[in-house]
Amino acid sequence: MNIIEVTELSKNFKQLVAVDKVSFQVDEGEIFGFLGPNGAGKTTTINMLCTLLTPTGGRATVNGYDIVKQRSEVRRSIGLVFQDPTLDEYLTAEQNLRFHAYAYNVPKELREKRISELLELVELSDRRKNKVRTFSGGMKRRLELARGLLHSPKVLFLDEPTLGLDPQTRRHIWDYILTLRQQKNLTIFLTTHYMDEAENCDRITIIDQGKIIALDTPDKLKDALGGDVVTLKAKDNNAAAIELKERYDLSAVTQNGLLTFSIPQGEKFLPKLMGGFQSPLLSISIRRPTLDDVFLKLTGRAIRDEEAGAKDQMKEIMARERRHRK
Amino acid sequence: MEDVFRGIWVVAYRELLRFIQERSRIFSSFAMPLLFLVIFGAGFNRIIGTMAPGIDFIKFMYPGIIAMTVLTNSVMSGLSVVWDREFGFLKEILVAPLGRSGIVLGKAAGNATVSVMQGIIMLVLAPILGVSLTPLLVIELIPMLIVISISLSGLGVLIASRMRSQQGFHIIVQLIIFPLIFLSGVFFPVNNVPAWLGFISKINPLTYGVDAIRQLFLGGEIIYSGGAMAQSNYAIGVTVFGHTMTVLEDMLIVIIFGAVLLSIAAWSFSKQE
Repeated sequence: MNIIEVTELSKNFKQLVAVDKVSFQVDEGEIFGFLGPNGAGKTTTINMLCTLLTPTGGRATVNGYDIVKQRSEVRRSIGLVFQDPTLDEYLTAEQNLRFHAYAYNVPKELREKRISELLELVELSDRRKNKVRTFSGGMKRRLELARGLLHSPKVLFLDEPTLGLDPQTRRHIWDYILTLRQQKNLTIFLTTHYMDEAENCDRITIIDQGKIIALDTPDKLKDALGGDVVTLKAKDNNAAAIELKERYDLSAVTQNGLLTFSIPQGEKFLPKLMGGFQSPLLSISIRRPTLDDVFLKLTGRAIRDEEAGAKDQMKEIMARERRHRK
Repeated sequence: MEDVFRGIWVVAYRELLRFIQERSRIFSSFAMPLLFLVIFGAGFNRIIGTMAPGIDFIKFMYPGIIAMTVLTNSVMSGLSVVWDREFGFLKEILVAPLGRSGIVLGKAAGNATVSVMQGIIMLVLAPILGVSLTPLLVIELIPMLIVISISLSGLGVLIASRMRSQQGFHIIVQLIIFPLIFLSGVFFPVNNVPAWLGFISKINPLTYGVDAIRQLFLGGEIIYSGGAMAQSNYAIGVTVFGHTMTVLEDMLIVIIFGAVLLSIAAWSFSKQE
């Protein structure tokens, strides 16, 4: 059964098309990843699926319920962990969870038991009586994860669940996610722009500028690139690119002063290349492809460039806000 | 419908939880009315005598100050909505299976409980000011405070429903709250004033809240029947088209005003994305 079904879902903000007719299905018990640079439409899609935004076109169901017509039923079926914290910092961990249990009408006889269990799971039992204000970023995220599970949802939405956390905490959060999938047959829908995290997903959707540009398992996406990734730097990159095209029919992409192309069985190709290549080479490397390469291949840009761009945008926005306040 | 009721109680429950944990709020909302009472009381005590002979200004102003405490607290209740939006908690509330109108009413209900407590705290001053309190008066006062505070919470939540920053909210609230207080008859009777001022005062719903509480304290019966102070009290009660408002009429106006505000607030709240 498809626990999430999305058909030509769109969202426009005035002229801006944030999500452009996306369609996909998520199987029950699957970890489904939404991968893309900031501003690609990941959060907008999640917000529509969890009923916080009304779509401007298309339709979608979660756990069989329509996201526009049956909001209440959808809300009961899902748990959420947002990008930014949504805890009441002036209440204790326990009070935050209890509020959630009341809001979702968790039966009285299950309430306290489940709160204790989940605090145990995210290793916050000893801090249950502490105000959330005193928690670190990682602890808050863990508490939110526990809260998202309190009403036993069918689907857990995680919007950048590890954003801004240190590598150790990220690893931890992922351990919980993988445990949960095993224990509860929970469907997990997550967005991320970390390539290494996307590797943990059963299937990945790559989204760029509001459109889905690829959807498959991480391995198949990488295999579709056609083998290993060779990165080289030549004295004259343009000349080298032309030579690669003419002699080996390889189309290389230029990225930060490096030429990148894919080739099956790269380790056998390299000696051949070095034997007869005319353009002087400065450096050369070979590696297994990553999802970053998939993104680069599909869009001609690296996700990391986009991130730098997003940071500049952020600075711009903040500067504008400051001007407004004055 | 069940979602709406659960929304009311869950949101109200949290408002109270938060209030109990921020004890300083109890005293801060107490400070301004007290300041007004002391300063205006000292400054105007002589002047009021000419407007309403036989009435002690402090006794005249004190019921109004209680109404003012409730007003300030109620309108400021919107701040918690803005605060929740800024710190993300509003998202947790909005995505829960709770009716939007329940969220708005829950804020109002939680706030009404807090306001009533603060109104009651103001009663501590009564013996010091020489105002006599009876148990009956206190019992009658409570529903009045509840009605006034729920109605005016509607105003607070309405302003907050579209506000993104606390600073912005404070600016708008200051702009609204001071005219509401000064033109509500807290500091002077609204009958013996220039026509334009009287007109504005009479479209101010707080005027009726103040009037109801004042009638409760100063004794409604002496306003209509020919008591010893009938002459002076007649000038104090609010008259609309020559009709002197009774406590129930006053309350009815506050309720209608509140129902309209809360409906708009719930509508505005459900429209936001």
